[in-house]
Amino acid sequence: MNRITQKFKEKAADEKLMSLFITAGYPDLESTVEIVLGMEENGADMIELGMPFSDPLADGPTIQYSSDIAIKNGITIDKIFEMVVEIRKRSEIPIILMGYMNPVLRYGVQEFCEKASRSGVDGLILPDIPVDEDEIIREHAEANNLPLIHLVAPNSSDIRMKLADSKSSGFVYCVSVTGVTGARDGKEVSDSVDRFIERVRENIIGNPVMVGFGIKSHEDAKRIASNADGFIVGSALINTIKNSYPKPEWKQDLYSLVYSLKFRN
Amino acid sequence: MQEVITKYQQPNARGYFGQYGGKFVPEILIPAVRALEEEYERASKDPSFNSQLNELLDEYVGRPTKLTFANRLTEHYGKARIYMKREDLCHTGAHKINNAIGQVLLAQRMGKKRIIAETGAGQHGVATATACAKFGLECVVYMGAEDMVRQKLNVDRMHLLGAEVRSVESGSKTLKDATNEAIRDWVTNVEDTFYIIGSVVGPHPYPMMVRNFHRVIGDETKRQIMEAEGKLPDYLIACVGGGSNAMGFFYPFIEDESVNIIGIEAAGFGVDSGKTAATLTKGTPGILHGSMSYLLHDKNGQIELAHSISAGLDYPGIGPEHSHLFDTGRVKYNAVTDDEAMEAVKLLSKKEGIIPALETAHAFAWLENLMSTTTEDQVVIVNCSGRGDKDMGTISENL
Repeated sequence: MNRITQKFKEKAADEKLMSLFITAGYPDLESTVEIVLGMEENGADMIELGMPFSDPLADGPTIQYSSDIAIKNGITIDKIFEMVVEIRKRSEIPIILMGYMNPVLRYGVQEFCEKASRSGVDGLILPDIPVDEDEIIREHAEANNLPLIHLVAPNSSDIRMKLADSKSSGFVYCVSVTGVTGARDGKEVSDSVDRFIERVRENIIGNPVMVGFGIKSHEDAKRIASNADGFIVGSALINTIKNSYPKPEWKQDLYSLVYSLKFRN
Repeated sequence: MQEVITKYQQPNARGYFGQYGGKFVPEILIPAVRALEEEYERASKDPSFNSQLNELLDEYVGRPTKLTFANRLTEHYGKARIYMKREDLCHTGAHKINNAIGQVLLAQRMGKKRIIAETGAGQHGVATATACAKFGLECVVYMGAEDMVRQKLNVDRMHLLGAEVRSVESGSKTLKDATNEAIRDWVTNVEDTFYIIGSVVGPHPYPMMVRNFHRVIGDETKRQIMEAEGKLPDYLIACVGGGSNAMGFFYPFIEDESVNIIGIEAAGFGVDSGKTAATLTKGTPGILHGSMSYLLHDKNGQIELAHSISAGLDYPGIGPEHSHLFDTGRVKYNAVTDDEAMEAVKLLSKKEGIIPALETAHAFAWLENLMSTTTEDQVVIVNCSGRGDKDMGTISENL
C-alpha cells in the first residue's frame, strides 16, 4: 500500500496528521536528509519536499527565498532523488515532492516519474498543474504508482472540488485562503475557513483532506484543521530556519516548533 | 486575390495552439480565467461591446493608424518598396493601447474595480494606466526595478496618470519578475481584481484575446496596402518579445501563403553570447506564466535571465502562438543584436524622421539582411510598433 494511504489508515480518529514542507537543499544541501528525519522524530507524519523553481508564482516571499538559496546551493532533481533514497534507508515516512512543472518537464516526465517512484517518493503536488492540465503527467504518474495530489481553494466550485477528488489520490490539498503560500496573521486565515472546510467535506468524499497555507502555530493548526484530516505547515518552518541558521542550535529551534505544532482534537 | 489554401483556426477549445498554450495556473486562478473566457466570448459577439471598442479606438486611440510609404528608406536600399504601419502614432505612443482599452472594457463588464498589470518597457503599463484613468479604475502596475531605471520616463507617465507603480526586486528585476508579482497579486486578490496581461502570453484565453484585440493592426494594413499597391505584401516584419504587436500584425495574413512573415527576436549581445532574449532561436518548450511555450531555461528547467537593450523584448519566453507558428514554419523567426537595433534607430531617424522604440528598431534592423534578397516590384511592410521617446536615455548612452 502507498505510504500516504497507509498513514491515513493508521491514524486515530481524533488525530490530525501533520505534513511538513521543507525546501530541498535549504539551508544547505547536506542538512535536508537530517532535518527530514529530525522532523519525523518530533512529530511529522508526512514530508513535502519542495523542488525549487526559479519562478515560483504560487509562493510568497519565504518560499521564494528558500528556493533561490537552494538553487544557488546547486540543488537538482537528481540530488533530490538521492536525498529521498537516503531517507528511505532510515525511515518509512511518506514523502511527497512538491514543485512546479517546468523542471519536471525539462527532466523528462516519464523518467521523472520512474525515478521518483524507484527512489521512494509517495506522491506529487504540482501547484501549476490544475486538474484540467494533469494529462501532461497523469499517464506516467499512474504507471509508476505516484499519486497526484490536487489543490482546492475557497473559490473552487463544488464541481471542481469533486473533480479534484476524483483526480487525486493520497489526499486533497485544501488551500485555506486565496493567496500565495506564507505564514499569516491569525485573522487572515479567517472565519470563512470553517464554511470552506464544510463544503470540502460535502464534496470530497474519496480522499482525506489536508489544510494548508497560513498555519504557523499550534493554535492556527487547531483552529483551521479541526474539521480536516490534517494540516500542512511550510513557510513557518522556513522562517524559523532563516532566523536561526547557521547558529549551532538552528535545528533544535526547528524541531521545537515542529514538536509544538502537533495536536489531537 | 490570394487563394486560401489552409484554414488556420487556432487555438482549440482548450486554449492550445498546436501543442502550446493551455492553462497552467494554480487552482485559485481557474475560476478567474474561466470567467474571463466566458465573458470575452460573450463580449466578442456583442455588437454593443464591439461598437464601444471601435469608437474608442477611433476617437481616443486615433485609429486607423497610417500606412506610410518609406520613400527614403526604400531609396537607401534600392530594392523592394518599404511601408511602415504606424502604430507609433497610437495614443500613448505604441500599439499596446489597443489591448489595454479592450481589456479595460471587459473588466468593466465584469464589475472589477481594481486593475493590475505587468510592464517591461513601460508601454503596456502606460497604456493600462491611461485606460484606467479614462474609465476611473484603480490601477497597480508591477515593474522590474531595473526597468524602472531604464524607462524612467514611462514610470513618471504612469504616476501622472494616477497609477501606483510597484517596484519588483526579485530575480532579474525585469519583465519576467514583474509578471510573477502580478500573478501573485492576482492569486491574492482574485475576487475584485482584473489582470490586464500586456502580451500574447499567459494562460488561455489571454494569448488569443490579446491577439484579437491587436488584429486591427493587420486588418487595417491589409486594407491599406491593397489601396496603395493593389496587392498583398511580399514581406511582413515585426519585432517579437512576448509577441503582441507581431501577432496582431501577422494574424490576418496567416492564410495568405504568398506573404512571407518574419518575426525578429532580440539577440542581445548575440544569440550565442549567453546574454540574449532570442527565445525561439535558442530556447526549448517549457511552462512559464501559465502556458506552454518556448523558453530560455537551463538543463534543470530553471528560467534563465534574458538580455536585451530593449526592455520590452527582455523576456525569456514568447507567446504560445508564435511557438506554434515557429514549429509549423509559417512564420520565420530571426534575431538581431543590440548594436544592430541601435544602427536601425539611427537610420530610421535620419532617413524617415521617425525615432522608433528600441523594440521596433529590431524589426527595421532586419532590413539589412532582407533587402538585398528582394526585387523592386516587391513590397515589404514593417510594423512600426512604437515611438522612441521613452528610450532616449538608453539611446543617448549608446550613440
